[in-house]
Amino acid sequence: MLGLTKKDFGLLLIVAVLVIAAPILLNPFPVDSSMAQFNAGYPDLMQRFVIFGIFAIGFNILFGLTGYLSFGHAAFLGCGSYAGMWMLKLLSINVIPAIIFSVIIAGILSLAIGWISLRRSGIYFSILTLAFAQMAFSLAASVLTPITGGETGLQTSLSDPRILPEFLGGGSSDGGNIPKPSLFGIEMGASWDVAVGPWLWTFNWGYYIAGIVMLISFYIAIRLFRSPFGLMLKAVKSNQHRMSYTGLNTKPYMLACFVISGMFAGLAGGLMAAMDPQVGAERMQWTASGEVVLMTILGGAGTLIGPVLGAGLIKYFENIFSKINKATLEGWFAFMPDGMSDFFVTIVYPFVGKGWHLTLGLMFMAVIIFLPGGLVELGQRFGRLFKRKSATPAGETTPAE
Amino acid sequence: MGILEVKGVNKRFGGLQALGDVNLSVQENSVHAIIGPNGAGKSTLLNCLVGKLIPDTGSVMFDGQSVLGRTPYEINQMGISRVFQTPEIFADLTVFENVMIPCFAKRDGAFSLQAYNPVRKNRDIHDMAEAILVDVNMQDKRHMTASSLSRGDKRRLEMAMCLVQQPRLLLLDEPTAGMARADTNNTIDLLKEINEKRDITMAIIEHDMHVVFSLAERITVLAQGTPLVEETPENIKGHPKVREAYLGEAQV
Amino acid sequence: MDQIILQILNGLDKGSAYALIALGLTLIFGTLGVVNFAHGALFMLGAFCAVVLSRLLSWSHTVVDETRTDFLGNPLKVEVPYVYDIFGEATGAAIIDWAVPLAILFSIPIMVLIGVIMERGLIKHFYKRAHADQILVTFGLAIVLQEVIKYYFGASQIPTPAPEAFVGSFDFGAAVGLDANKIIYPYWRIVYFCFAMVVIAAVFAFLQFTTFGMVVRAGMADRETVQLLGIDIDKRFTLMFGIAAAVAGLAGVMYTPILAPNYHMGMDFLVISFVVVVVGGMGSLPGAVLAGFVLGILESFASMREVIEFLPGINQVVIYLAAILILLTRPRGLMGRKGVMED
Repeated sequence: MLGLTKKDFGLLLIVAVLVIAAPILLNPFPVDSSMAQFNAGYPDLMQRFVIFGIFAIGFNILFGLTGYLSFGHAAFLGCGSYAGMWMLKLLSINVIPAIIFSVIIAGILSLAIGWISLRRSGIYFSILTLAFAQMAFSLAASVLTPITGGETGLQTSLSDPRILPEFLGGGSSDGGNIPKPSLFGIEMGASWDVAVGPWLWTFNWGYYIAGIVMLISFYIAIRLFRSPFGLMLKAVKSNQHRMSYTGLNTKPYMLACFVISGMFAGLAGGLMAAMDPQVGAERMQWTASGEVVLMTILGGAGTLIGPVLGAGLIKYFENIFSKINKATLEGWFAFMPDGMSDFFVTIVYPFVGKGWHLTLGLMFMAVIIFLPGGLVELGQRFGRLFKRKSATPAGETTPAE
Repeated sequence: MGILEVKGVNKRFGGLQALGDVNLSVQENSVHAIIGPNGAGKSTLLNCLVGKLIPDTGSVMFDGQSVLGRTPYEINQMGISRVFQTPEIFADLTVFENVMIPCFAKRDGAFSLQAYNPVRKNRDIHDMAEAILVDVNMQDKRHMTASSLSRGDKRRLEMAMCLVQQPRLLLLDEPTAGMARADTNNTIDLLKEINEKRDITMAIIEHDMHVVFSLAERITVLAQGTPLVEETPENIKGHPKVREAYLGEAQV
Repeated sequence: MDQIILQILNGLDKGSAYALIALGLTLIFGTLGVVNFAHGALFMLGAFCAVVLSRLLSWSHTVVDETRTDFLGNPLKVEVPYVYDIFGEATGAAIIDWAVPLAILFSIPIMVLIGVIMERGLIKHFYKRAHADQILVTFGLAIVLQEVIKYYFGASQIPTPAPEAFVGSFDFGAAVGLDANKIIYPYWRIVYFCFAMVVIAAVFAFLQFTTFGMVVRAGMADRETVQLLGIDIDKRFTLMFGIAAAVAGLAGVMYTPILAPNYHMGMDFLVISFVVVVVGGMGSLPGAVLAGFVLGILESFASMREVIEFLPGINQVVIYLAAILILLTRPRGLMGRKGVMED
């Protein structure tokens, strides 16, 4: 199906179902229950799930396939956002030109940065990309203020020209208000609520549009992984020496890979601007690059589904896990005798709520040390354990994908 | 006129003369061995042939074209493949992927952006890879990760990766180093077969005289960066200059 | 002329910090071959050693002073630090005032211990793994360390002043016979620079003149041979990691009066320190020190008004720009040796 093997198509299908059903799956708790604060099915967060999914898919094409660790991908994300914002300001409030333009600009920037950074490999490559990204961040926050809005950032406003005709999303104002990003009249923020019994589900246009873009990105990533180009990138990771003695020029392969990866980041940035039309320089900071590194590796670098899982997990942590406070914990441990519950609350508290970064850091270290294949490898190990127990004869070992 | 013509090649590293006025002519479809004691400049010469080093003076012509100043991948695309002393393979990939990569390089050149159509749709590549695995008798190992192969299999895999490109010249850097006698004999048979069946010219650097005398049609003896003699195996045996080079002062 | 001297001086203290952190990074890289992304966190931990000590010293109990009354007429309650009880009020006050310099002594054993635990507990297992894995695991460790500090000390900056005696500035211009009031330089920055020079000199002397240092240097050059000689190089390298951690920690301790510590100061310095190491030449100790000062001074020159008017924003990017240029034109850095991390 769609030029994929059965297995890959199955994977795509699972991801598609999850994306479509996310508003329901992520809201498992009734609105009135005490657990309702752990519902993650609100539009803002779901949009972030899929957008960061795209970002991580793109990063994984570079790191997962070639092993080149870039610490500068936030620069492409940020530049995609800025590019998208300018389209929303100058051309039209329609998100399509914004998204296309963000991909193009990020592609150009990554071509320039990649062309220079890829002269070196290993740790030098990482530091070069880091230096470039920090430079981009500093410039965006200072000298490039006319383009980036400096520290205040960019927003849509009533004075923007938006030169396209109205039916294509042009026009400075929308009945006196700042127009909201839309797709041919459908606003990104528009949602409809469905209440079923005690549950409330919110279906949001912006989320579904971003979700479809993510599914397309995921599909492209599968095709790329299975293509001769993907095979060559794996060869780069494995043995560059042999590659050049096999008559292959590694440089254009790496550069193409870097640019593709940067374009995915730009796409994610453009979508961010389309969902929430404002952007600041902090989106380019190297800690943001670090975040995508965490996502990809936590989920499983080099696997198809891993980066998406990692992005979801980290965003869930950041937004939901971080809400657990002392009172919540006390509620959870209330069944224990007093002293004991206090003890457990004290032990657990540093790791939850505002301390979620600590848990994340520990999880990340554990993954690097024990599970180089990330959560996907964990799943595979469980799967194998399960298979052995059900006493099916071991089939041929499948490569980790 | 040989397929590979090396003329007056010099190479210095600082004060050390690694190669001094090397002339070498490898005839098409022959097996040419380059022997010599340690430090004679054999590896330096090989590196000059594949673009890893550039000689200070002299010329290296392959099939009438100069290889000097070309990168290793360009030289490979001209038709020179190299087998390394320690097998250079794609250790993380499967055996089958290992042999498919050179097939793509042969078919599509040094770079081609085929990022959409899957590998498995390339039937011709599959057939080529399949055939060569049968030839080196590794078809049952095609799904194994290359790093898990035995040392001998890694060598055979590397050989397969070079052969599948149908090179005009195959350079072998001590192809039997560290092998047991039985493996060595297998390798000799394999190389003989390749030379006869596929019309591939070979240049071999080798320490093991057994290998050299079983395979080579011409032998060049290198000592201190300079060729001493170029002869047939029969004439090399017992050649006084060769003895001197190998046994050195001990004999004198 | 004034301007140039002033900018050089301004660059020195930042340059000192860069040089110290880069020195430790290079020691670790040169001896153990590990790229330590947690080194900035060690710098930060050092700074928090100073915070902890100053809090410990000011630890106090409440005493009711019968002789004075508060505005309600009740006897006044006074907080009296324990050090007053032990050493008397005058000495006690001086000790609290000198908390930051005292923290030097306090931090050395702690930082060495932290370094040794880090190496034995974590880094050791990563020698044979890819550089990317080393970067990633130490990056994870840096996050963990900084979050632990954030949990205990909060997210805001904690001012930690220098001793009273070093508050104020030194009129450098007048001292060297130029116009007075033109080149004003805070005393503590002079102290920091001198301190950095002493630490750097001590590290070099240690490597140059002790047998331990000799073995370590030999090990940096050729690990296997040294091991063949029957020398247990691993133990020495572990200690070397501890020393590198202590150097970073000391840089942090003394930096607290210049920059009030917070939990993410390590990350802020880390990026630049890596740039410094690369510019100096991976694995070259003198290179790291030189590059630290060069980049520190370069940065302060780039912040001059005249320069910014000419090249807006250059102050923000000059370090990165320098690093990129050096990496592309002299891939081995200013003083790097051949064969270190080359592919």
